[in-house]
Amino acid sequence: MMFQVRIHGRGGQGCVTGAEMLSIAAFLEGKRAQAFPSFGSERTGAPVVAFCRIADREIRLREPIMQPDGLIIQDPTLLYQADVFNGLVPDGYVLINTRKNFDDLGISERFSNWNHAHLCTVPATEIAMEHIGRPLPNAILLAAFAAMSGVVSLDSVHAAIRAKFSGKVAAGNIAAASAAYDYVKHELEDYACAEAM
Amino acid sequence: MLKQCEGSHAVAATVALCRPEVICAYPISPQTHIVEGLSEMVRDGTLQGCEFINVESEFAAMSVAIGASATGARSYTATASQGLLFMAEAVWNASGLGLPIVMTLANRAIGAPINIWNDHTDAMSMRDAGWLQLFAENNQEAADLHIQAFRLAEEISLPIMVCMDGFILTHAYEQVDIPTQEQVDAYLPPYEPRQVLDPREPVSIGAMVGPEAFTEVRYLAHARQMQALDLIPQLATEFRQQFGRDSGGLIRTYCTDDAVTIVVALGSVLGTIKDTVDDLREAGHKIGVLGITSFRPFPTNAIRHATRNAHRVVVVEKCFAVGVGGIVSRDVRTAMRDRPQRLYGVVAGLGGRAITKSSLHGLLLKAMDDELEQLTFLDLDWNAVNRELERERQTRRSGPIAENLLRDLGVVAAGAV
Repeated sequence: MMFQVRIHGRGGQGCVTGAEMLSIAAFLEGKRAQAFPSFGSERTGAPVVAFCRIADREIRLREPIMQPDGLIIQDPTLLYQADVFNGLVPDGYVLINTRKNFDDLGISERFSNWNHAHLCTVPATEIAMEHIGRPLPNAILLAAFAAMSGVVSLDSVHAAIRAKFSGKVAAGNIAAASAAYDYVKHELEDYACAEAM
Repeated sequence: MLKQCEGSHAVAATVALCRPEVICAYPISPQTHIVEGLSEMVRDGTLQGCEFINVESEFAAMSVAIGASATGARSYTATASQGLLFMAEAVWNASGLGLPIVMTLANRAIGAPINIWNDHTDAMSMRDAGWLQLFAENNQEAADLHIQAFRLAEEISLPIMVCMDGFILTHAYEQVDIPTQEQVDAYLPPYEPRQVLDPREPVSIGAMVGPEAFTEVRYLAHARQMQALDLIPQLATEFRQQFGRDSGGLIRTYCTDDAVTIVVALGSVLGTIKDTVDDLREAGHKIGVLGITSFRPFPTNAIRHATRNAHRVVVVEKCFAVGVGGIVSRDVRTAMRDRPQRLYGVVAGLGGRAITKSSLHGLLLKAMDDELEQLTFLDLDWNAVNRELERERQTRRSGPIAENLLRDLGVVAAGAV
């Protein structure tokens, strides 16, 4: 089985680094992983897409991910600019960097028959400002995605952060990742309680 | 050690283990992270005994590599696309002089129109320049081929391009086993040149050769490439003994034993083709894959043998010769001469267009029904092409084609002049 994640962001948000860290986290868990960017001229602020495949055996496929099992959206303004949900598999995971919820964003109708535990938002930029001091949401979103999907563990996300960064930046990202992980776990518990009622 | 890393990083780390003595590079686009990584290793002392020379152009990069190699130094550089074209004259000199330079080519398209994405046009533009050309299927093989390339180049005294798909491989993170220094040292002995510029024993290299011997010198270059046809499989076998995995060789076959249809390709698209073939096999089709690792020298006999029982061969190539058709397919056709087999040429993935499993699946189903044209352009947008042809019929001053197509497709708001 292959698990495919597509990350949508803007140049400068660390979209590609996010995909690379997800692949490192999966690799550290003994899985095969392949991360790659959508290639193009790199400009700060321009829409960017990066991909990560995770599997138990060698990944030979080299096409872009057109039917993702999970989506990470680093900037909610992309929702109105690009067809970010294109090809998403039914009940696929959607994580959006925002303080708002799916209703506020005006997209809940699209997901009316979705498993609600697969739809999360997390204020990753705010968490980044608090722990890192810069609006870099990628590692935080990765941890949030790990909390939602279980595709990798929080420990592996921490290890992937350490593989990419060092010193204060790594420490800040690790603290932020843990905070985002807990945030999503609470969000999911709230869903579960709401559904039980 | 097994590592999850970028393809460029894996190649830089592996090239460093090959103990290059001179690395020269033009560091500006088109370039990869490979030379950037190597320059850092030279600076921080990880790579000892190596001089890194920043030059002012690709022409200078190859010229410095020629000079360095002629003095007996193991020399390396990397480039892509227009960078290779800019060094073209020196590329021919390196092979004509018989200097075993190893160069990574991060395959990219050639402009115009300006395009920074992957295809094989750059490598094909130099396919007759006298260099050996080895194509990597994934990042492990890209790394491994460099170790084999230094050994092979120095053994036959000819330069080698290690071709890896730009972006698709160079920018992909995947697991690569980076060997130890001891393993590489055991496989790759220090460079022992056949010719060397040494003030203690002065010789000249680069004589002017007239009609009396030019043909013989050129023939000997060909003969050495033919020797490489024997040497490449031997070095791949030795590589397996030392490193414990298959990399390199002339060709690699997949599910071809009973295959009625064989798909031939070079580089990273082989992975997508294999996945497609797995699906087709599950549906009962007898189809297999033949990957060409060594494009120069061209393994005519190995391909002839591997395709002997097939009814048809489909060559999928990321390049084509305008005015003729496929480039790889013409060479493959030579290997299949005097046989009643069908051969279909498919041009795909030009300028970075994704080659998808779904497109390949449809293409191969048609091929197996012998419904393909001799030359097919995969996923060609015929509507866009026909609209431009119509504009050209309607108006004498129809304007620049690239801009017309972009405006037609709404990619950019390219204003009419």
